[in-house]
Amino acid sequence: MLKTYRNDRPYPFCPGCGHGLILNQLDRALVMLGRDPRRVVLVSDIGCQGLGDQYFVTNAFHGLHGRSIAYASGIKLADPDLTVIVLMGDGGAGIGGAHLLNAARRNIGLTVLVFNNFNFGMTGGEHSVTTPQGGITATTRGGNLERPLDLCTTAAANGAGFVWRGTAFDRDLADVMAQAMQSECFALLDIWELCTAYYVPNNAFSRQALEATRQKLGWPTGIIRRAEPETKEYARALNEAAAPRSAVPPLRPRPVVPRYTSGLAREFRLVIAGSAGGKVRSLARLLGEAALLSGLWATQQDDYPVTVQSGHSISELIFSPHEILFTGVARPDALVLVSEEGYKMARRYVEGLIAGSWLFTTPAFAGLETPARKVICDFEAAGIRESKKHLALLTTAVALRRLELFPLDAFADALRGGQRPEIAAESLALLAASASVSGREEEASR
Amino acid sequence: MREFIDGATAVARAALDAGCDFFAGYPISPATPLLLHMVRELPRCGGVAIQTEDEIAAISMCIAAAMTGRRALTATSGPGISLYSENIGLAIMGEVPLVIVDVQRMGPATGGATTPGQGDVQFVRWSTSGGYPIIALAPGSVAECYSLTRRAFDLAERFRAPVFLLTDKEIFLSMSTVALDSYEYPPVRPRALAPAQMDEPYAPYRPGPDHTAPLFSPIGGPHIVRFTGSSHDARGFLTKDPATVGRLNEHLWRKIEDHVAEIELAQADLQADACTLFIAYGITARAMAEAVRQVRASGRAVSALNVQTLWPIPERTLLQALAASADGPRAVTRIVVAELNLGDLRREVERVIYRWAATTGRRAPEIIGLNRLDGEMITPEQFMVFV
Repeated sequence: MLKTYRNDRPYPFCPGCGHGLILNQLDRALVMLGRDPRRVVLVSDIGCQGLGDQYFVTNAFHGLHGRSIAYASGIKLADPDLTVIVLMGDGGAGIGGAHLLNAARRNIGLTVLVFNNFNFGMTGGEHSVTTPQGGITATTRGGNLERPLDLCTTAAANGAGFVWRGTAFDRDLADVMAQAMQSECFALLDIWELCTAYYVPNNAFSRQALEATRQKLGWPTGIIRRAEPETKEYARALNEAAAPRSAVPPLRPRPVVPRYTSGLAREFRLVIAGSAGGKVRSLARLLGEAALLSGLWATQQDDYPVTVQSGHSISELIFSPHEILFTGVARPDALVLVSEEGYKMARRYVEGLIAGSWLFTTPAFAGLETPARKVICDFEAAGIRESKKHLALLTTAVALRRLELFPLDAFADALRGGQRPEIAAESLALLAASASVSGREEEASR
Repeated sequence: MREFIDGATAVARAALDAGCDFFAGYPISPATPLLLHMVRELPRCGGVAIQTEDEIAAISMCIAAAMTGRRALTATSGPGISLYSENIGLAIMGEVPLVIVDVQRMGPATGGATTPGQGDVQFVRWSTSGGYPIIALAPGSVAECYSLTRRAFDLAERFRAPVFLLTDKEIFLSMSTVALDSYEYPPVRPRALAPAQMDEPYAPYRPGPDHTAPLFSPIGGPHIVRFTGSSHDARGFLTKDPATVGRLNEHLWRKIEDHVAEIELAQADLQADACTLFIAYGITARAMAEAVRQVRASGRAVSALNVQTLWPIPERTLLQALAASADGPRAVTRIVVAELNLGDLRREVERVIYRWAATTGRRAPEIIGLNRLDGEMITPEQFMVFV
């Protein structure tokens, strides 16, 4: 058992500064708990209080301004049995507000000591998120207009399991710190104190003024929230969810064993242009699998907007008997065009069509002028139910029958292997139904 | 045996094979698939994966976890690298093993979220204050996504520095056919650990011999560890002593610069009678490979360099390619540097080549930029007009 967790270095703080008082209480709290200093981490923020880790014999993590709670969270997630204590100022609580809120929300087991002296002491006494209204600072010469942030009720309202407000002069501060560390909750201690370099002289501030300021705001003191003991600590919960479950290493290769053959002698480029929600990309992926099942090489490159269920969806596919080096398609050998949204973004493919290339499309695009062989597929006329939802699959099936890139059975196998059983059954039924539509081939125009 | 796979899956598989056991990230196109892979797969391997409140928290948690001994990974795109910026500096200063995947998209700002780009090459090199070096690898295929991710972990562990895997939307998200026997499995060597018993107190920042990384001891392990992002002495205490600060800062750059030969990686595909040398990386290297195939099929000669370490620039391989041609039947008279940006790599090639020409008295080849900024990829045909 250590008699102190302080090392022999003297504090560097100004005369009368509250930081040393708080750190002395932290030392007392650590002695009370008697934890192995190698299993305790002080995560310090930036500001005078951020120097504090250097005066202890525990581990220290001194990072960037406002990020101390995020570092502490990383440490706690990686090793939930560690005692992780954050030393931060009111400045850090402001710039790191998002981390404070989210750590409270998660109720991750950190003890956060806010050294709250109402201004930035290290950089020259500028105002912070906790400066009282009317407070004189280097950046509020006429008195602070902003309402101070109530750290405690904010943290408490958002799930922090242990919340306390008091001052550096409180006799029970070490006890409260020890309770906070033992709580295994996200614990926030808003510790009000004096900055004798700036806030005290600028505002004729004093120990008595701390209490007067609090009363004027009507904010509570002491323990503000204490969660039920059964509340689950986040780092442990996440690690318990991460207990090893499978002996099989994840994401192993799924080699495709060719079961079919293809007579394709050169690279063939197929573009499918449709709408988001039209299952274009999932179809393209299965076509790629089918090509591999047939001993070919394949690539698939998609284009789509940032929206999810609206706009175009285009997949470029290349099938080849040899390795494909470049995935881009400038000029398709065949274009499957099934929607207006697809057409808008596929104009360059349409313009790239030449005599000898193919366009497979719906009656809506029957008037499209192209030198390519144009095949119009009318699934409604063939009586296929809900064909509009499945135009990409149906039209591509017609194309596959004409183009003979690989056996249709390979595509059927890919559907069975790559979709949930009920979806695969539907797809296979559509594939079969598509056989009744061979498409009306129109004379090349233009 | 072959598989149909995208770069994101290859990166995730490699990370898990490399022993990655901590991931923190924030959703962003086109990097999100890696977040999804890691959140799904890491718990099954006993690791921790978390979606954080923002990118700043993501890299902060990774840095802290890495210092407890975890192998940490994070992934984002250009706008997220902007938010990683100051913590990249912390990872350099704190000597943190960390792998950062940047799936580049078209910039600036929000740019094209689902549009390819390669505009982060200089950005990742100079993304943080101080100007200290980082390592950045650029996979030129899905198979390289696997091998270079493994290599990124190896370099991060050994050099205790942030290592970027700088990829792009098309390499990362497009599906390719990969022959399983084309995967390479570079070793992932762990960071050097301090012995549990030491005669004197552990000094977390005492450099190893020849400017190698200090011996590591995890926070929570056998020694008291002091981690800091401020100028510090070997024990991790803050200092302004010029001699100590100078030694530390020299260590931070020499740790990389003195070991460039162990890091730099490029694939040179040279022909003795070629007078044109193509240089590319990432998705653009795929177009380059196809152009080389077509040029040679037509009976002409061309050389190509697929740059796999963008930082440090593979100067040795580049100069070897030039020296070989200078001694061959025909000298390279033209270098084409192709990239989806305004010339991020070209300016480095110019720097290296012009210095080489000035020091050897040789004539520098013409250096041409092949650049594209309309959201489309550079095509093989765009390369071929230069031969």
